[in-house]
Amino acid sequence: MARKLLLEKAHVEGIRQFDVYRREGGYAAVEKALKMEPVAIVEEVKKSGLRGRGGAGFATGLKWSFLAKPEGVPRYLVCNADESEPGTFKDRYLMEFIPHLLIEGLIVSSFALGSNRTYIYIRGEYAWIVGILEQAIAEAKQNGFLGKNILGTEFDLEIYVQRGAGAYICGEETALIESLEGKRGNPRIKPPFPAIKGLWDCPTVVNNVETLAAVVPIMNLGAEEYAKIGVGRSTGTKLISACGNINKPGVYEIDMTISVEEFIYSDEYCGGIANGKRLKACIPGGSSVPILPANLLLKTAKGETRYMNYESLSEGGFASGSMMGSGGFIVLDEDQCIVRHTLTLARFYRHESCGQCSPCREGTGWMEKILHKIESGKGVSSDIDLLWDIQSKIEGNTICPLGDAAAWPVAAAIRHFRDEFEWHVNHPSLCLTQNYGLAHYADELSVVA
Amino acid sequence: MVKFSEHTMKEVEAIIARYPQGKQKSALIPLLHLAQEEFGGWLSAEAMDHVASILSIESIEVYEVATFYSMFNLQPVGKHVLEVCQTGPCMLRGSDDIIAYIKSKLGIGVGETTADGMFTLKTVECLGACGYAPMMQMGMHYKEHLTPERVDQIIADCYNHK
Amino acid sequence: MAEEIKKLKVTIDNITIDVPQGTTILQAARMIGGEVVPPAMCYYTKLQGSGGKCRTCLVEVSKGSEADPRPMPKLVASCRTGVMDGMEVKNITSPKVLDARNGVVEFLLLNHPLDCPVCDQAGECHLQDLGYEHGKEATRYEFKRRTFEKHDLGPYIQLHMTRCILCYRCVYTADQVSNKRVHGILSRGDHAEIATYIEKSLDNDFIGNVIDVCPVGALTDKTFRFKNRVWFTKPVNAHRACKCCSGKVTLWQRGEEVLRVTARKDQWGEVEEWICNECRFEKKKTSDWVIEGPTHVSRHSVISQGHYEKLSKPAETFSKVHDERKPKLLMDIHSVSEVNDPSIDLSVIKGPATGKVFEQTKKHS
Ligand SMILES: Cc1cc2nc3c(=O)[nH]c(=O)nc-3n(C[C@H](O)[C@H](O)[C@H](O)COP(=O)(O)O)c2cc1C
Ligand code: SF4
Ligand code: SF4
Ligand code: FES
Ligand code: FES
Repeated sequence: MARKLLLEKAHVEGIRQFDVYRREGGYAAVEKALKMEPVAIVEEVKKSGLRGRGGAGFATGLKWSFLAKPEGVPRYLVCNADESEPGTFKDRYLMEFIPHLLIEGLIVSSFALGSNRTYIYIRGEYAWIVGILEQAIAEAKQNGFLGKNILGTEFDLEIYVQRGAGAYICGEETALIESLEGKRGNPRIKPPFPAIKGLWDCPTVVNNVETLAAVVPIMNLGAEEYAKIGVGRSTGTKLISACGNINKPGVYEIDMTISVEEFIYSDEYCGGIANGKRLKACIPGGSSVPILPANLLLKTAKGETRYMNYESLSEGGFASGSMMGSGGFIVLDEDQCIVRHTLTLARFYRHESCGQCSPCREGTGWMEKILHKIESGKGVSSDIDLLWDIQSKIEGNTICPLGDAAAWPVAAAIRHFRDEFEWHVNHPSLCLTQNYGLAHYADELSVVA
Repeated sequence: MVKFSEHTMKEVEAIIARYPQGKQKSALIPLLHLAQEEFGGWLSAEAMDHVASILSIESIEVYEVATFYSMFNLQPVGKHVLEVCQTGPCMLRGSDDIIAYIKSKLGIGVGETTADGMFTLKTVECLGACGYAPMMQMGMHYKEHLTPERVDQIIADCYNHK
Repeated sequence: MAEEIKKLKVTIDNITIDVPQGTTILQAARMIGGEVVPPAMCYYTKLQGSGGKCRTCLVEVSKGSEADPRPMPKLVASCRTGVMDGMEVKNITSPKVLDARNGVVEFLLLNHPLDCPVCDQAGECHLQDLGYEHGKEATRYEFKRRTFEKHDLGPYIQLHMTRCILCYRCVYTADQVSNKRVHGILSRGDHAEIATYIEKSLDNDFIGNVIDVCPVGALTDKTFRFKNRVWFTKPVNAHRACKCCSGKVTLWQRGEEVLRVTARKDQWGEVEEWICNECRFEKKKTSDWVIEGPTHVSRHSVISQGHYEKLSKPAETFSKVHDERKPKLLMDIHSVSEVNDPSIDLSVIKGPATGKVFEQTKKHS
């Protein structure tokens, strides 16, 4: 049984209530942290090796150390609870079941960064979670962990929950800041980075829910202990939200030493492919990261076992690897159509593009239309090359990474499943009633039991 | 004339107080949520102008924001809005069939409202419930693990509680 | 002596120049001038916050600076990237840049109606220029082009949304130059559009300037009399004593008539001084103005050919305008539109050159 740091207490009866959470050892991290120097906390987080859980995997301590500290200017911490990457629903789980863990992490982190007003920006659709969080905040305040002069340290902090209103792009940190300022969620052109000029032009740190919650075990265990969990530069535990054609979809806290195979097939996690089918492909880190066929998912191109951690999942680069991303683990069984799945993702990115920059605004819609054409049996062979060319012209040429995120799934689908695209083009009527299935991939996928 | 109730105005003030002085524009999205709730599930131009005047901003700043976010309805909608997710992970678990089922059951297409004004059907993109697919949002809540039977039940419940 | 402002050395396409701190790559390139200047469709020097959006000005930074010589991993928007000391930049010497730029131009033209023959902006449209320089032979887009509901912006300004490239310049202009903004960007993604939401006129004092900043024919002057093809009109600099603005304008005349009044523009097509609505829309008599002399028009524009009576072979005209560089045919306009039939001499057409007029002319000839 893997060690749990975040969700260990998530199912203790009544854990949403302050008293129960406190009885289970909650808020000890705040008591410890508020006796430390803020810079010492930043050092601890650095030493823990914690990497951002929002998708990019950037070292959290390092990010914190970039925060500008000009005299007389407020600094802000913003918690990114926008969670809109298809396949990702882990932050929701954490906030819903153990809200005080996030609040505790926010208090410690706000103290470390010198934020007296911290905002949780939550996606608008998670409407009922707003109430859960506000309840937790109110309780923490009643008990002296929020408000003025917290635990007699002269540290003041208020935490507010701000609801978004339906826009994936507001997960991008500068779009999130714009949205929090009451504007359209157009990502800003960087530099300046939020650490210098963020919310209301003040220095700002934006971190993911899970990242900020992980600060609690780091405080409680100490950075060294925390860093011992996991492997290499993938320290600590990671929440993975597993979905698609598996027996046990849900949110799992893993220690990043387990193999992908164990994660998919063990009863402790996904419990194998649903309905006794075989594994065809998987997107291991949220819809933006490259899809991998079963063979490359379970083993790297070199034939080594692939593990559920940052390094191993990206082993082989985009040619034969993928990414940890946001931890949204999407599994496709043998009956699923890659073209159709890619089409839904292309539609998603077209729908979510803010429309500011031309490659993303125009290119995402174009890709969707071509995919739709192929999927409806009207494609021609040159459409596949055109699709490849369009994604290559979007990638790297846009204001924010949504352009890349829209390009990568299309690129990876063509890279690994070109045969299936060709089959659609060559069997215009068949592709409407049948799936390409797995049979055609039999040789290539022979590693799969 | 649309105008927030006194009770809502208290809430509005509390929201504005969350931000530093002069940054009241930050309250725009929360206020639009309140307006949509209070003024019949959608945002009319008058409702948006009302919000603009409360926050001392130009109306166009409100329109720009309201039209950007997909949760704001700019046209009247039915009493219940069924927002079915159609993105990849839900598609893998049969969301297409659920959408087709609701369409035939209610006799409406996507974006349409039933003649009795009870239901509007919308398709939406990933709502962060991929593991509990297929799913839809109804008002403040999620309806997950949808099957045709569950859809029947949900619709029947709406009629029973009207 | 005042302390020397720190100069930074930057090399663009192998040409080195010293620039003051705070200069962007685009500005540095403009100081050098000529071919190394990246095209800029959204950036506007006088508009704060502009730039970064269209991506036509992307360049490759092959050396970050003397202190940190690593190349930048991605192409950067030259209009929003500051010069560092010792920076080396590749614009037209980078195949990567040219490839990306061709892509961007294709994206910008993807949903564009290509209605240049009936567009008031034809001849002074930056997208048209860009298309000629970077366009593909034919469009690879086979789907229906986007359309929008028509919006009326009042008596002065005409909006053709399908031509808009969402550069945001008109939004910044309304915010920063005029005293009230009633139009903005509505919706998002590929549905985003310039509009007022509920029908409203754009009519406050300085709002007419949105016409001049618009790089394409999305915002045009409704009072432009006879909707003349711009190259049949003669631009002259003129001024008048105005209470609101400098009163320094360019008049676009035909004979003694003032067909249109615009602000004066510099060699990058940017307004020199904003002008008020009265000067722009109400003063349409030569006697309203003191004429200074002919306006110098940048070589980038087809208008630089001056006014001529007979337009026989447009292709030649363009290659001349473009310093003998061979223009690429963006797409064969005759294949999508009966307008601009090469057999019809444009100069015989009086008044607005609409599709109807062309049809009639064709019947007659
Ligand atoms: C299009 C886009 C969407 C994103 N969505 C989210 C999101 O929903 N949640 C999140 O935590 N980070 C998201 N990110 C990443 C954030 O920009 C940012 O990197 C992150 O919040 C930083 O937190 P971390 O360092 O703790 O991961 C998104 C990025 C992009 C480009
Ligand atoms: S890449 Fe897409 S989402 Fe990002 S700024 Fe450009 S248009 Fe907006
Ligand atoms: S109307 Fe013209 S100025 Fe305004 S955004 Fe569109 S192209 Fe730019
Ligand atoms: S794909 Fe439907 S909730 Fe995520
Ligand atoms: S001019 Fe630089 S991005 Fe448009």
